[in-house]
Amino acid sequence: MDIKSLYREIVNEHNLHPEHKHDLDNPTMVLNGVNPSCGDDINLQLKIENGIVTDAAFNGSGCAISQASTDMMCDQIIGKSEEEALSLAGDFKDMIHGTATQEQKDALDEAAALEDISHMPARVKCAMLGWRTMKEMIEDLQKNGTKTAQVSANNSEVCGSCQRTDCDRK
Amino acid sequence: MSKDFRKDFPIFEGNNTIYFDNAATTQRPRQVIEAMKNFNDTCNANPLRGLYAWSVQATDAYENARHTAAEFIGADKDCEVIFTRNTTESLNLVAYSYGLSHLHEGDEIVLTVMEHHSNILPWQMVCARTGAKLVYMEPEKDGTLTDAEIESKITDRAKIVTVGHVSNVLGITNPVKKIGEAAHRHGAVFVVDGAQSTPHIPVNVQEIGADFYAFSGHKLLGPMGIGGLYGRKELLEDMPPFLTGGEMIEYVTRESATFAEVPEKFEAGTVNAMGAVGMEAAMNYIRDEVGFDTIEKQELALTTRMLDGLSKIPEVTVYGSRDPAKHCGIVTFNIEGCHPHDVASVLDTEHICVRAGHHCAQPLMKWLGVGATARASLYFYNTEEEVDRFVAAVGKVRTWLGY
Repeated sequence: MDIKSLYREIVNEHNLHPEHKHDLDNPTMVLNGVNPSCGDDINLQLKIENGIVTDAAFNGSGCAISQASTDMMCDQIIGKSEEEALSLAGDFKDMIHGTATQEQKDALDEAAALEDISHMPARVKCAMLGWRTMKEMIEDLQKNGTKTAQVSANNSEVCGSCQRTDCDRK
Repeated sequence: MSKDFRKDFPIFEGNNTIYFDNAATTQRPRQVIEAMKNFNDTCNANPLRGLYAWSVQATDAYENARHTAAEFIGADKDCEVIFTRNTTESLNLVAYSYGLSHLHEGDEIVLTVMEHHSNILPWQMVCARTGAKLVYMEPEKDGTLTDAEIESKITDRAKIVTVGHVSNVLGITNPVKKIGEAAHRHGAVFVVDGAQSTPHIPVNVQEIGADFYAFSGHKLLGPMGIGGLYGRKELLEDMPPFLTGGEMIEYVTRESATFAEVPEKFEAGTVNAMGAVGMEAAMNYIRDEVGFDTIEKQELALTTRMLDGLSKIPEVTVYGSRDPAKHCGIVTFNIEGCHPHDVASVLDTEHICVRAGHHCAQPLMKWLGVGATARASLYFYNTEEEVDRFVAAVGKVRTWLGY
């Protein structure tokens, strides 16, 4: 799919009419995700009850790909267990790097429509932002038992291999 | 244009790509590649050391390149030009060598809010280590620095005043001569970041009153990895080396060393002689084959056409002056509702290369009140037809992005 078709058929709808772009009433976790080099900035809010993501929403600003990808992610993780959500984050990362199996793509459902971002290296980090932020929140919850994460610029950590803050491999 | 310069640029052959990212780097004419190939094929050897013919020829080629660079920017003496990797390295050289050895707590470094990060971060480092402090000059809305602003910010506390000659975002040419006079009146040295000016306007460092002037080869048709720093000889002689090692010494004992004269004192290690030869060919091409008159005329014609075309698209905001003559071929813009990265991605599908992001000028983005912008930057080899295709494509971006 060429880039214009990708925007026309997938990205624009979720960017211009996002279903999950709003504040949650009682989120159990909130975290800011930032791509410092682009200015993409999302505030991801999750409601996790008994190990299940019962609601997810976001606010913020950024490019169409980061906003649409985050909206699609919220769609996919609502109703899933923490483990399932983390597994999907792994599937999405593999897909964006062009290494996902058909099984992984099937699991991603509608989010698999962003597969062609793998041919746009400059935009990979935009598509990854929501997923990366969600992964960090759930991992933090599992590791530290944090109920409400501190609002912080989580993606400013430095990649171990390339020393960049905006690397999606970290 | 009287001559079709595009024929000199192999990259433009056989495609219709519109290259509008000239403020990031420029394309290279075959004359530059031929000069480098000639060096490679006839006299490649380590300059400044060897006692055989090839090394002597390589040294001559390297020193001729220095002479050409000195002439190109109006330096009084060849030894006042130090070869570096690029503008960033040149500015770091001044910061580490002059800045750290001359500044103290309470001193001020005066710059503008429109500087490229490479003319901010080295000075932040100097401040962190010496206790000096940064003072920012703020322009008017269109980018103009007023006399009042210059006079009020540059005081006797200023020890370094440093400004970009041409802004890489707004395209405005700063009143460097006036700023230099103010700096000198208060006893400060005057540093100019010439990355965006040297490719587009004739520069004379002595007329400007620059004590240091930094530039890059790749922004003026030369290869990447070669650039220069002009420094007044008296200042350079008094400064400690930036990097130490080979090629920059007189005598070395087990415990100490004495250093070579300028410029060798500042060119430690084996130099980029082939790059210097390439930059020399680029400077000769700009000055003799094209000429600054042609460059300025063509850029003004194209910028006028572009600003005129963009002004007819209601959702487009252009930053900087309304006067095309104050853009130096740089047109930074946003399209309402569209993130600049999406704009650049869809323009790429039309084979149009523009930059999007913060352009290494985050303080300026904050000053403009935007997170990011898109930027089209022109050079003399761009054409009216390209500008028209660009304007038409920009007019369709909102449709492509679903509006």
